[in-house]
Amino acid sequence: MTSTPATPPPTIGSGHEGSIREQFTAYFRGIRQGEMGALPAIGGFVVLLILFTFLSSSFLTPLNIANLLTQAATLMMLAMALVFVILLGEIDLSAGVTSGVSAALFVVLVHNYDVNWIAAILIALATGLAIGFFIGFFVARVGIPSFVVTLGLFLGFQGLQLIIIGTGGVYRVETPEVAAIMNKNLPILWGWIGLAIAIALAVLTALWDRARRARAGVANRPALLMWGRLALIAIAGALFVAMLSVDRAPSRGSLNGVPIAHNAIEGVPIVVPITVAILWAGTFILDRTRFGRHLYAVGGNPEAARRAGIKVASIRMIAFVTCSTLAVVAGIFDASRIGVVSAASGSQIVLSGVAAAVVGGVSLFGGRGRLTHAAIGALVIAVIANGLGLLGLPAGVNFLVTGGVLILAASFDAVSRKRAGGALAR
Amino acid sequence: MDVPVIELTGIVKSFGPVDVLKGVDLKAFAGKVTALVGDNGAGKSTLVKGLAGVQPYDGGTVKYDGQEVHLHTPREASALGIEVVYQDLALAENLDIVQNMFLGREETRFGTMDEGTMERQASETLQGLSVRTVKSVRQKVSSLSGGQRQTVAIARSVLKNAKVVILDEPTAALGVAQTEQVLNLVRRLADSGVAVIIISHNLVDVFKVADYIAVLYLGTMVASVATADTNSDDVVGYITGSKTYEGKNV
Ligand SMILES: Nc1ncnc2c1ncn2[C@@H]1O[C@H](COP(=O)(O)OP(=O)(O)OP(=O)(O)O)[C@@H](O)[C@H]1O
Ligand SMILES: [Mg+2]
Repeated sequence: MTSTPATPPPTIGSGHEGSIREQFTAYFRGIRQGEMGALPAIGGFVVLLILFTFLSSSFLTPLNIANLLTQAATLMMLAMALVFVILLGEIDLSAGVTSGVSAALFVVLVHNYDVNWIAAILIALATGLAIGFFIGFFVARVGIPSFVVTLGLFLGFQGLQLIIIGTGGVYRVETPEVAAIMNKNLPILWGWIGLAIAIALAVLTALWDRARRARAGVANRPALLMWGRLALIAIAGALFVAMLSVDRAPSRGSLNGVPIAHNAIEGVPIVVPITVAILWAGTFILDRTRFGRHLYAVGGNPEAARRAGIKVASIRMIAFVTCSTLAVVAGIFDASRIGVVSAASGSQIVLSGVAAAVVGGVSLFGGRGRLTHAAIGALVIAVIANGLGLLGLPAGVNFLVTGGVLILAASFDAVSRKRAGGALAR
Repeated sequence: MDVPVIELTGIVKSFGPVDVLKGVDLKAFAGKVTALVGDNGAGKSTLVKGLAGVQPYDGGTVKYDGQEVHLHTPREASALGIEVVYQDLALAENLDIVQNMFLGREETRFGTMDEGTMERQASETLQGLSVRTVKSVRQKVSSLSGGQRQTVAIARSVLKNAKVVILDEPTAALGVAQTEQVLNLVRRLADSGVAVIIISHNLVDVFKVADYIAVLYLGTMVASVATADTNSDDVVGYITGSKTYEGKNV
């Protein structure tokens, strides 16, 4: 009979030990202590989904869901762009006009100068990159608050856009490839292949993480928990793809009992895989690379980051460059959906982008938040607009409700943090 | 006597018109604890920040193992094995204990962070310091008490085989038991061959743990003596400027 183990159990845990039940207990304790993350936004999203499904029969239809996705995509991309600077406790008020200016540049290059569309997109992206460098230089090197620098650009770029487009000018987006982003769908098979690739990636990274932890000799969470999470992702993804794989073209009625022929609209909108890929890549960088870790550190305590040898100014530069470049992607999305670019494109959207990030649980104080939070926040805001639109309510109501939701979300954040014992100010 | 690991000569530093350090000399030896004492505003923290490369000196020479070095960035200092635990703890509250301990020197494999390895090393270091108050190394620093944060900061400094560890008032915020633990830890650090410089206002602690005492008075080093050759009354006199040290500096 042996009664004493060879080595005493480690006295300091890591939160990965324990049974599934203990894991859940710890998770709910975390929530009660204010680590809610995107939970309020997810809850709000689900409530809104149920509410609008009851209120409008055309809400939860494949056609409307596809619509909702394309309506949300631009905002989602912009909100994700903004996360990179908001995590630093900074802001980019010019992200919207950056998207507008680069979209304007794109159409004018294609339209007036016969530039190849791929080259034009690359030039637009490079423009975003340059704008980001410009902002980053003034914020990180010269030391001007980002609010001021980007407010200046917000005003100035509206003028620049006017000059590029010409007063009263409106350009149609005539590049089929760009128009397709929002208006065409993947072949059904491709939708399923895309989902399979996404699930495979999720499984591989999860297994990779476990293998690494095991090799380092530290505890892993129960495997069942991992498979459960992956199964949830797979089921949600499958439902999503299945819903978008049915023909959603409105019926033309029938003649003598035979349905009138129409062109089928089916498949996942092309914008979805693009957005998911950028979301995945960005999350990978933020969670798993040193740059990502340093970004969070600078957002949490710049002085601590500096003393740890992190090049704070470079991190700030890269964050602004990333934000402006992703804002260009949002601009292309918007041009694709609306079908035209005018001098006013992009001038209205930036504050909605900030609102989306905050609604999703990204803290404006910096240091806390994820790209998925911004994506969920954008979905919430898009659902409100979409649902209220279906109910035929005036646009004014939409703004009022969105504003209310923003304040509600910010209060959630503040109250949960007060409960967590952290100072309100940070 | 051995070559000091750290030898500062004629260090000067000013902030605008204010001369904070006016030609300061200081030595620190491997395996020894050197206490740096002095009244509030004497310039102790400023002296230490220069060694860390956080706030470079305006003038004077810094020798490391007898070689002159220039410390302009924290990276240069930590490359030499100089680690500092600051008075205003430099921890990011939004990150967890492991992330803070490895901040700026994360372990990576294939370009991505090796969380498991970092987690294990962090736990081992904390256990090596007999830390019992921390439940999980994945706790956010914002959820830790002042004493626990101090512990994390010290653990961070000894994580990577430091040659010189500088502690700026490590026990100021701690209760009796934790102070005792930290002082024991400081002693163990020195016994393992590290040159320790400790700043403290508590002379009882200083006499308990230090081998040498260096007294800074308004930006000037007025005394540096072996603890065995002095007493508390004299040191208080040097600190307040009411006594002058006549002997030879260490
Ligand atoms: N960044 C700065 N700018 C201007 N003055 C400074 C700066 N840092 C320190 N000082 C001044 O330098 C002097 C010495 O400060 P220091 O923090 O080194 O003192 P200290 O000996 O550590 O004091 P304490 O025991 O209170 O920690 C003080 O008068 C302080 O006001
Ligand atoms: Mg001080």
